[in-house]
Amino acid sequence: MNQPVIDLSPKVSDEVRKTTCYMCACRCGINVHMKDGKVAYIEGNKDHPVNQGVLCAKGSAGIMQVNAPSRLRKPLKRVGERGSGEFEEIEWDEALQIAADWLEPVRQTNPEKLAFFTGRDQSQSFTSFWAQNFGTPNYAAHGGFCSVNMAAAGIYTMGGAFWEFGQPDWDHTKLFMLFGVAEDHDSNPIKMGIGKIKARGARVIGVNPIRTGYNAVADDWVGITPGTDGLFILAMIHCLMKAGKIDLHYLAQYTNAPVLVINNPGGADHGLLMRDENGKELVIDRATGKLTPFDQPGVKPDLAATYEKDGQTHRPVFHQMAEMYLDDQYAPEAVAERCGIPAKRIRAIAAELARIAFGEAFTLDHAWTDFRGEKHDKMTGRPVSFHSMRGISAHANGFQTCRALHVLQIILGTVEVPGGFRFKPPYPKPATAHPKPHVGLTPGAPLNGPHLGFTHGPEDLALKDNGTPARIDKAFTWENPMSSHGLMHMVISNAYAGDPYKIDVLFMYMANMSWNSTMNTRGVIDMLTDKDENGEYVIPKIIYSDAYSSEMVAYSDLILPDTTYLERHDCISLLDRPICEADAAADAIRWPVIEPDRDVKGFQSMLCELGAKMKLPGFVNEDGSQKYADYGDYIVNHERRPGIGPLAGFRGENGDQAGRGAVNPKQLDQYIENGGFFVEHIPDGANYYKPWNMEYQEWAVTLGLYDKPTPYLFSLYVEPMRKFQLAAEGHGDRQPPDHLRERITSTMSPLPIWYSTEEDNHAADYPVTALTQRPMAMYHSWGSQNAWLRQLHGHNPLYLPTKLMRANTLSDGDWAKVTSPHGEITVPVLEMAALNENTVWTWNAIGKRKGAWALEEDAPEATRGFLLNHLIHELLPPKGDGLRWANSDPITGQAAWFDLKVRIEKAAAPDESQPGFAPIKSPVGTGPKDLTWKVGN
Amino acid sequence: MTTLPAKTEKKLGLVIDLDTCVGCHACVISCKGWNTENYGAPLSDQNAYGADNSGTFLNRVHSFEVQPEAADAAAQLIHFPKSCLHCEDAPCVTVCPTGASYKRVEDGIVLVNESDCIGCGLCAWACPYGARELDQAEGVMKKCTLCVDRIYNENLPEEDRQPACVRTCPAGARHFGDLGDENSEVSKLVAERGGMDLMPEQGTKPVNKYLPPRPKDEMPEFDVLAPFLEPVAEEPKGFLGWLDKTLEKL
Repeated sequence: MNQPVIDLSPKVSDEVRKTTCYMCACRCGINVHMKDGKVAYIEGNKDHPVNQGVLCAKGSAGIMQVNAPSRLRKPLKRVGERGSGEFEEIEWDEALQIAADWLEPVRQTNPEKLAFFTGRDQSQSFTSFWAQNFGTPNYAAHGGFCSVNMAAAGIYTMGGAFWEFGQPDWDHTKLFMLFGVAEDHDSNPIKMGIGKIKARGARVIGVNPIRTGYNAVADDWVGITPGTDGLFILAMIHCLMKAGKIDLHYLAQYTNAPVLVINNPGGADHGLLMRDENGKELVIDRATGKLTPFDQPGVKPDLAATYEKDGQTHRPVFHQMAEMYLDDQYAPEAVAERCGIPAKRIRAIAAELARIAFGEAFTLDHAWTDFRGEKHDKMTGRPVSFHSMRGISAHANGFQTCRALHVLQIILGTVEVPGGFRFKPPYPKPATAHPKPHVGLTPGAPLNGPHLGFTHGPEDLALKDNGTPARIDKAFTWENPMSSHGLMHMVISNAYAGDPYKIDVLFMYMANMSWNSTMNTRGVIDMLTDKDENGEYVIPKIIYSDAYSSEMVAYSDLILPDTTYLERHDCISLLDRPICEADAAADAIRWPVIEPDRDVKGFQSMLCELGAKMKLPGFVNEDGSQKYADYGDYIVNHERRPGIGPLAGFRGENGDQAGRGAVNPKQLDQYIENGGFFVEHIPDGANYYKPWNMEYQEWAVTLGLYDKPTPYLFSLYVEPMRKFQLAAEGHGDRQPPDHLRERITSTMSPLPIWYSTEEDNHAADYPVTALTQRPMAMYHSWGSQNAWLRQLHGHNPLYLPTKLMRANTLSDGDWAKVTSPHGEITVPVLEMAALNENTVWTWNAIGKRKGAWALEEDAPEATRGFLLNHLIHELLPPKGDGLRWANSDPITGQAAWFDLKVRIEKAAAPDESQPGFAPIKSPVGTGPKDLTWKVGN
Repeated sequence: MTTLPAKTEKKLGLVIDLDTCVGCHACVISCKGWNTENYGAPLSDQNAYGADNSGTFLNRVHSFEVQPEAADAAAQLIHFPKSCLHCEDAPCVTVCPTGASYKRVEDGIVLVNESDCIGCGLCAWACPYGARELDQAEGVMKKCTLCVDRIYNENLPEEDRQPACVRTCPAGARHFGDLGDENSEVSKLVAERGGMDLMPEQGTKPVNKYLPPRPKDEMPEFDVLAPFLEPVAEEPKGFLGWLDKTLEKL
């Protein structure tokens, strides 16, 4: 054989630069291989805590993103009408001067006239700091239309949420149950975990109307009717309680199940938790039979005992739970049809949960001491774990559904125990340890505190003295009292309506609000372009920052072009949303592994400059000079509290301190040397039972996560919800408007409930639920500008279950008209059998507007691609009362995307998906025809 | 007409676990990235930002729905990654008119010597798996190299000397090794999990193996599990009675 001689050891690269991915929100470590100063190849970083070397399709396609033809190149000033795409390129000096000229008068007269919302921002502790120093109350990121229900329900209930804030104990779990999914949070860790536990023979149960992705590999698939997850979960709680398959010790020691509830019908304190003079919850001690604060040494809280006082019997939370959940309305037979799951199967799953949690319990030989001072010589493990995200969250009953799931986890005793669900630092952290919302504004001065937080009663609502909303998005009002992430999806609609007030400048970052990131896309486009009787735009000035030529660019007046993720500094901070693991605190950086070849500035660096230009406190030195040269400078030198800054690693003069320590000028170099991240492991014995484990609590204080140990009880019963109910019943000074009383009373049950959202969405006439999913290989709208990724997902047919295909005599490739109470679209269909029989779905954000993203106008994304957004309104269909009812969760304001109800009918094939939109003029042109990409020789 | 070696010293190949592949396409793009920058001509893309876009890939993931025979059984979705299977009797090699396609004697990897390839496409026609693609820019046949320029590469740390697709797979669904050695980890995995040949009736003797999905939707019927949910009481009052008794025992 004459085999050719080939080079088996070619040079791989000149250099490897280690930074953090930003192709989605997962924040994996990446090795960027450089050749001739250019990016040649990207792979996962094996030492990195998040991905341990693996990398998804998005991550590996980063090279096509940093070279995408859609990248904006220079600041732009609008010269045509809004929406025309007519811009002229300007210099940065002029751009920042325009921005300052618009913003400074607002700041000096009425800072609320600026609405600053930051979309898919990963630097919220910085951007909120900027907004706070500006003084506007109107700041939030995109959590309100993402997954605030999940975050808020987790934090109010157990001081931490799923999201990327916790994870199953992959090493020990034997049953993993997954509700819904969001592919862009912790996606590689979840894939790694599923692979790992399946290799061990553990069972995976997927609850999702659609059997793709993780659900395709699940051992058992529950194709639930969308929006009924809460009912299904409460039925399992019913079965488990009725069978006594609950962890009584755990419930008594670590939750508020034994806390006494005040029984005073008609009184202003009826239903509140009984507390002592220090505000500590009271329980009956089983040892002494006496009323005592829950946290005293030796106390054994009694789940059963009641307390008689003043002729009233005060019962523990657990009594109320028994009364509520043992009711036959939650029996599997009562919910089966509604959930689309046979009663027998509900029982089988509940029984399997019980079998694994209690039948396969195990212990780890870690001694630990709880907050009552009791020493334990081992840790009991219950190898059942859960995870969930947007699927159950983006419904108007989502908060209560997420709460129900946490209650299920807790009654099984599976949170923060071996084999169960574990928090990642800085969690656990109870809602009471978070800030409250702040809206106190003074012209020309900073806001009186952080914008976002957790409300604990009517006194914390963000209302003006006259009772009207203080924030443009109406967050923290009676319409959605616990809206911890704000309501970005209502900003444009409210600003346009002047409800609660008009604004002057809308300033947004990385949020495609005129296309796929908004409900009611057509309507929002009209709001952005509509003029008043004087010929002025109703929303007068719009500043937008983005790295790419998204659909939103055309609807803005001033474009401040951002860099790509390989050209910038970032910190993935413990003050924000770090990359911790259940066994370690960790954070990371991005750093410019390449320099931009365009006239662009990192958004955060630009804000340092703009902030200094406007002399915002926090951004200028005493002499008025610019305080932070750029974001990298801020990351190193900013201190939030003495010794605590954006990065926890390599602090102190010598860079050898973790968590707390003086500013270290070489900190970024040390991160780079360490692979772009920092890890501090939790000591053995401190890494489970963290909310109650004193060794963990003390470690967390040392690291600066808390300033003092903060043990707490899980809140099966969320008392703040009861406080809002009491107000709705007429108690207290701050009173809701009359039209909201009934809704507050019925939805804000302090124990999880389920309610249907079908009537509000006219399900009788629109019987099919329409959903979107995010492809594992795409992130929001970003993937379509990527030459490699768009070959994977260049089309997004509407997937219909077999039954609906037959009923409408549809075949693959046919077109269907999809109608909701709000609008209609005409789109291509494809049959899918592994799908709930009354659900249709499509991939999220594949549809593009002609002229955007540097795609050619005949690109399939723009001709056959489509958005469901046209069918979804930010308001519910009118109820005839003249009021604007938001299409949002009444507790948190979470946008209820997944409550969308439609009907389907066959349609003649149009030339293109409908509705069609006129092309917008591209500020960057289109990309090259062919690519033969090779950096090295 | 090109001849195959009578025997190869090793049978390097992939073992792909269809039970854990979630269809994320990580392997597809990692492969595209490495092989664009490395062995041979870059993997080109046509109409990269327009209509009818296409490109050369050495590895693609297909998805199939499966409807089990039982009447009430739910349909399933199988993600099926596919690349060259480095067959022992590789018809793509024997059909090659120039000798450009060959099977390496030392490890069994099937490669294309691009300088001898005339892009006639016969090999793609002969391959029953559709595992070869003609690069439209270069006019040569491209196929999986099993990252021959990684697996022996002394410029890479030893742990990285594996195909890019294996290194990147988040679910751990891809395994690489010598399937000619019955004691190798991959051979043991194939033995344990009933690894299968793809389309064995074609007589190509593929080296790559697929691990079949485990049976799904087979949770024990409730009757078997019923003892776990035997009620302690029917009513809240009875439940509280049970609670009191049970707490007594704790």
